[in-house]
Amino acid sequence: MKVGLFVPCYIDAIYPKVAIATLELLEKFGVEVEVPLEQTCCGQPMSNEGDQKHAAGAEALFCKNFSKYDYIVGPAGSCVKQVRCHMDAIPQTEEVIRIRKNTFELVEFLTDILKVKDFPWAEFRHKIAIHNSCSSIRGLHLQSMSEWMEPRFNKTEELLEQVKGIQIEHIDRPDECCGFGGTFCVTDEPVSAKMGQDKVADYMKHEIEYVVSPDMSCLMHQQGVAQKEKRNLQFVHVAQVLNNGPF
Amino acid sequence: MSSTTKVNVVENAAKFIHQGTDNEFLHDKNLWNARVKRDTTASKIPEWEELRDLASQIKEHTLTHLDKYLEEFAENAEKRGVIVHWAKDAEEHNAIVLEILQKHNAKTIIKSKSMLQEECEMGPYLEARGITITESDLGERIQQLSGEAPSHIVMPAIHKTMSDIAQLFAEKIGTDPNSRDAKSLNESMRNNARPKFLQADAGMTGANFAIAETGSFVVCTNEGNADLTASLPPLHIASIGIEKILPKVEDLGVFIRLLSRSALGTPATQYTSHFTGPREGTEMHIILTDNGRSHRLGLEKFWHSLKCIRCGACMNTCPVYRRSGGLAYGATYSGPIGIILDPTFDETKYSELPYHSSLCGSCSEVCPVHINIAEQIMDWRKVMASKDMMPSGLKVAFGMANQMFKHPSIFRMAMTMGRLALEIIPNKLIYIDANSWGKNREMPTLAKETFRDWYKKNKK
Ligand code: SF4
Repeated sequence: MKVGLFVPCYIDAIYPKVAIATLELLEKFGVEVEVPLEQTCCGQPMSNEGDQKHAAGAEALFCKNFSKYDYIVGPAGSCVKQVRCHMDAIPQTEEVIRIRKNTFELVEFLTDILKVKDFPWAEFRHKIAIHNSCSSIRGLHLQSMSEWMEPRFNKTEELLEQVKGIQIEHIDRPDECCGFGGTFCVTDEPVSAKMGQDKVADYMKHEIEYVVSPDMSCLMHQQGVAQKEKRNLQFVHVAQVLNNGPF
Repeated sequence: MSSTTKVNVVENAAKFIHQGTDNEFLHDKNLWNARVKRDTTASKIPEWEELRDLASQIKEHTLTHLDKYLEEFAENAEKRGVIVHWAKDAEEHNAIVLEILQKHNAKTIIKSKSMLQEECEMGPYLEARGITITESDLGERIQQLSGEAPSHIVMPAIHKTMSDIAQLFAEKIGTDPNSRDAKSLNESMRNNARPKFLQADAGMTGANFAIAETGSFVVCTNEGNADLTASLPPLHIASIGIEKILPKVEDLGVFIRLLSRSALGTPATQYTSHFTGPREGTEMHIILTDNGRSHRLGLEKFWHSLKCIRCGACMNTCPVYRRSGGLAYGATYSGPIGIILDPTFDETKYSELPYHSSLCGSCSEVCPVHINIAEQIMDWRKVMASKDMMPSGLKVAFGMANQMFKHPSIFRMAMTMGRLALEIIPNKLIYIDANSWGKNREMPTLAKETFRDWYKKNKK
């Protein structure tokens, strides 16, 4: 099984440890992982704004970079959701459809494809809250939706439960959007910031030490809010916890 | 839909958030509680998801055979002595209402909440022609006295606090401005409005559902005010949007079970009133109104919005709506459903609304009739982008990009924006001073070494 590692731009530049943890974790499970160095972007910023013309270039490049892999794995729910659900600015050839179908967010890849159950090397003695992003929940169905009367499940939580010493807490509004929302966080700053502040308040109320998420972009926003408010709250990617670092 | 100045929903929302009172906090809290109550009551219905599928299918079927069912409805209503009118737009609707009222020499109206009449701006139209209207729904009456549009389709005054209301009632009906007692305030309003109800020359309602098979229509209220409106005066005029039709009485049960559970989390509205023809000695008129609906029905991407039963669940669940307040949208319909409906009325005026969403998707998932709201929001953005009507705030996004990815990473960001964007970036960077990320958030710091560099060093 050959996996192409999809590293979104902001992870490359701001959170390289997340990509390292993802790579190492996959390798621990014996997966052959390659990083196409010519990758840039999945087209999400343009696509989100309805700018199909400019999204098309990024989408075509994505497909060119990742066409030779059995699976494409990215440690980022919203970017994966973009590929899986919205990458339609380019012609939907058989190849494009295959690429979209085989692109996975890390947690679902571990759960559904590798079907791993143990992380014997992982230990995290902290009180955490899980932030599954909206893209992960409603786009990729990583967790049951509170809007749906369906059996309850949470793939991220099921994996994290295997980590030694971890204490998982549930906040009041676990699946409420944190207000990141891509360019929404700047175009709609007042509402976005308020949503982030409410999210951080919810963590503080539950005395959370670490927020763990499969989506670093939401954490970037939440971390920005928490730092501005000088909160003692840490944010890490689920790959870092499952791989036991790097932090 | 007169003015074409763009609604600046971001600025309006900011005002609601920063007004320095409890409004935003309580608005968010109360509506969130409604959403939680909805979850609890829905979870008690084992066939809830099947009900939603069924409701969506019934609506889809009806909308794709709308002409047939409308004719059937009108025919059956007429058989029962109802006078049926057809209005192609708001203007025609209002003119018909006025004509009926004038024929009866009716000067005062008692009115039960109708979003369609709001949409037609019927209130101001009639008042300008010397007709006095009294809203019979408490929330709607509060809005009427405030001179504001309803801010929520089910809870029209939900953006107001108890002190706002005490203040308003003190001004308008002379109650104690310091009273925070909902019960006594309510009672004062009742004492003030009841005489107006009793003396009204005509009653006006909307309809939640209209049934083709019987020609009857159904109004759901929690205050019984539609019954008052319809039963006191000798004349009843109902404004019904053409999309409200259901084929059969047996379809109704599906929607009644979904409506109030989705709206407020209660099993049913307190009153589900069926109207089948006029009382003896009185007249009943129905105005079947299009006002853009058939145009919407022809829009390939957007016609599904006609399935809407106006429960407001999408508004209650929407984290952006809860923090913005409904009036921020500057339109009859606010929240997620408003975002997709309003541009069908005026693309320019409401061009910025589709951007007022974090696209979390909760609206689509909560909607009892499975309207793909989030997808339609995206589709509207595509429409706006193709017509060069993206909000200017988007340029700020590029400013943020510059702040966050200072040299030399700006080039990487440019690549991120999709290579093709390269040529447009320099222009957009003019807006770097408007750094809206940093107001309430610290900037993320760039790592000393990118993952790519680490990978080249360690793995290649
Ligand atoms: S769009 Fe759906 S959830 Fe929103 S008001 Fe209409 S029926 Fe209710």
